Amino acid sequence: MTESSLADELRTLIGKEGEPLIIEVDKTAIRMFARAVGHTDLVFYDEEYAKSKGHRSIICPPGFVGHAIHTPLQPTGIIGSSVTRMPAIKAQFRGVLNGGTEFEFYGEDICAGDILKGVGKLAEVRERAGALGQMLFVVTETNYTNQNGKLVATQRGTAIMY
Amino acid sequence: MAEQVYYEDINVGDEIPKLAKNCSTQQLVMWAAGSGDFYQIHYDKDFALALGTLPGIIVHGALKHAFLGQMLHDWAGDKGRIKKYGCQYRGMDVPNQNITCRGVVTNKTQEGGLNLVELDIWTEKDGGEKTSPGKATVVLPSR
Repeated sequence: MTESSLADELRTLIGKEGEPLIIEVDKTAIRMFARAVGHTDLVFYDEEYAKSKGHRSIICPPGFVGHAIHTPLQPTGIIGSSVTRMPAIKAQFRGVLNGGTEFEFYGEDICAGDILKGVGKLAEVRERAGALGQMLFVVTETNYTNQNGKLVATQRGTAIMY
Repeated sequence: MAEQVYYEDINVGDEIPKLAKNCSTQQLVMWAAGSGDFYQIHYDKDFALALGTLPGIIVHGALKHAFLGQMLHDWAGDKGRIKKYGCQYRGMDVPNQNITCRGVVTNKTQEGGLNLVELDIWTEKDGGEKTSPGKATVVLPSR
């Protein structure tokens, strides 16, 4: 299979949604994430402080959503990885790089106690010759809704196959 | 936290406060646990070197993205918020070297009742190489 036909085949999958991933947002996970980054704002650590700032509980630091913790029921864990793990991809490319990450938030707090549903889809496929030879860029887009059905975040991730 | 910044006080071309980082390997392990990314190139030097393409352990791209998020969050303050932000991973960073997060205001708009400030954001190494360039839109309060 040539790279172009593989890209064409992938393009037929654009827009098709994957299985929803359920994410229980919990305090310990938020604190671990915030500590790893080095956040100093107590809205990520102290519930009373967060409430004093008008939040329902401690809030998710930027980038937290999208780092779903793996469970045996959701073996792929990382949204969008199903594409990069396709056998046809593995047969043709040496490796995969994380090309970039983008988030949009819609003004609704994402707090400890929330239960998010993430639904990912393939958004874009493009090819380019670059420093690493022929590269395939696969962009996935994931929408996260909360327990009230509100869209709270959209994530776009770019995987680069080379 | 710094003093609250307001939309009226911001001008195109302004640089926002930098955020200085320098990752120990310990911090990368904390990030592995906090983010769920246990790829060995970020904490196992033998594994990383065996690939033949890496200088050794490298910093997670997503951690640099999170650093940029911290810079924006701290700048926006209690009354502001990040609306949108992202970056590309163009260059590698390694432990025990400075990573400076920076941002410059590129546009101001009012849209749907929101005061929006657009920025170019990036992480850079000493010497100025931008390893994670990106863009952001932040909502700021009005005076």
